[in-house]
Amino acid sequence: MQEYLLIFRHEDGQKQASPEQIQEWMKQTMDWIGTIAAKNKFVGGNGLPFEDAKVVRAAAEGLLVTNGPFGDIKETLGGYIIVKADSVEEAVEFAKGSPVLQGVGNSVEVRKIASGDGIH
Amino acid sequence: MASIKMGTEQLVPHLFRTEFRKITAMLCRNFGLEYLGDSEDIASECFLAALETWPYKGVPANPSAWLFRVAKNKAINRLRREKSRREGEEGERRREEGEGGEVEVYMELPRVQDDELRMLFAVCHPALSAESQVALALRVCCGFGIDEIAGALLAGKEAVNKRLYRAKEKIRTEGIQLELPEGAELINRLQNVLITIYLLFTEGYYSETNNELIREELCFEAMRLAYSLTELKETNQPEVQALMALFCFHASRFPARKSATGNWVLYSEQDTSLWNRELITKGAQYLHRASVGQYVSRYHLEAAIAYWHTHQVDSPEKWESILELYDQLMKQYPSQVAALNRVYAVYKVHGSELAIESAEKLRLIKSPYYFMLLAELYWEQDNLHARISLNKALELAKTDADRNFIHKRLLSFNYEE
Repeated sequence: MQEYLLIFRHEDGQKQASPEQIQEWMKQTMDWIGTIAAKNKFVGGNGLPFEDAKVVRAAAEGLLVTNGPFGDIKETLGGYIIVKADSVEEAVEFAKGSPVLQGVGNSVEVRKIASGDGIH
Repeated sequence: MASIKMGTEQLVPHLFRTEFRKITAMLCRNFGLEYLGDSEDIASECFLAALETWPYKGVPANPSAWLFRVAKNKAINRLRREKSRREGEEGERRREEGEGGEVEVYMELPRVQDDELRMLFAVCHPALSAESQVALALRVCCGFGIDEIAGALLAGKEAVNKRLYRAKEKIRTEGIQLELPEGAELINRLQNVLITIYLLFTEGYYSETNNELIREELCFEAMRLAYSLTELKETNQPEVQALMALFCFHASRFPARKSATGNWVLYSEQDTSLWNRELITKGAQYLHRASVGQYVSRYHLEAAIAYWHTHQVDSPEKWESILELYDQLMKQYPSQVAALNRVYAVYKVHGSELAIESAEKLRLIKSPYYFMLLAELYWEQDNLHARISLNKALELAKTDADRNFIHKRLLSFNYEE
């Protein structure tokens, strides 16, 4: 059993969501995490607000500080969860259920977390 | 994680919609109605903050208190930024050196009922146009989003945004305050408030949108607002009781108005076992309480008409009373809908000949409902004329539900022939 990091990115910057819509997203996200937790494979997670997000980059002329992870794309929501999975395929299956993926252009990145046991 | 039962929390339905209007009203009371736009922004940001935490850490034991705390912090942060911008670099320097500059903010906690009534009266200020009042009421008194308002009012999103923007500008320039007027001014403004609530309800009840959910929610929001007026002594006037009665009678027929396939069901063909008896009883209680004082408002008349419609059996007394009430309504508060409905009552009391005569005088040649009514009246004596009327109605009909209804009617006329 390995731990995987699922990072989701939401690039819908323009849309003004209504309270009802946000509540619907909330419900879907809770349901998604709930199904993973029901299999006892949810380790933890958190939201990553894009407000005040910065990236520090090493450029030829020195360190460059820019807004947001990508700069051009206006992201509004992000987050990560850590799951336990027997294989990357299983982790990908978990990722596919993320409500974030209902929006075209959004993504969930699946990354194995080094366990330090030298097997991975 | 052990303390959180993931996935088992249930959020109260419409929690965010409800909290939106409470938070917005609370912020406006503390900072002034000129900050309505900022208050809305902050309220929305609170839900995004919740979306960034609750799914992972669990829903807090008291979600409302959590949201209010976040709203308060966000408002204070915004004020600090605003203040430091105003004070410029001087203020920035003093703050860095630890000299004063701290923002003193005392925020009063929500006084929900009070806040919401004040907001309703502010939104219904006569300086705002009727259509602005309805859109703004949906936004800040009901917590609807732009998409939902556009859907409910059958308007484009851009148009709704513009309407809301202009209304908020007006609030600023006119210096409209978040307060309950007093004495005669309160009774005056109450007229506007009731018209707006009435429009909200009729938007839901007769709206041409095909979204059934939005329609009923509009009606229930209107009922909630009217109910809040009955809870305060100053606003609990007989006409408020009459309006509640009218809403209860209308809402009692919600389940019977549409068939399983989503088509309209004519009043005379409704399954009366689907009528909500509890609401009918409630409506009768409100109507009884409304019957004090001398003044007969349009809500009194319309509620009385709606009351008679809750009687299942067609008695002469029923339709004579309805006709008499429509006569009064037309004299005091004439409208197209009332005129058409009055003709139907004429038909029930005096027969089709006199009804056709009354109908033809109306000449509402742009209304599909006018021709639908004519078709019903003509059917008994002149089915060619009836069919021509239905075809005209079909040309004028704007919604699928109306078109389906007319098609069905045309078919049944053919069969009966």
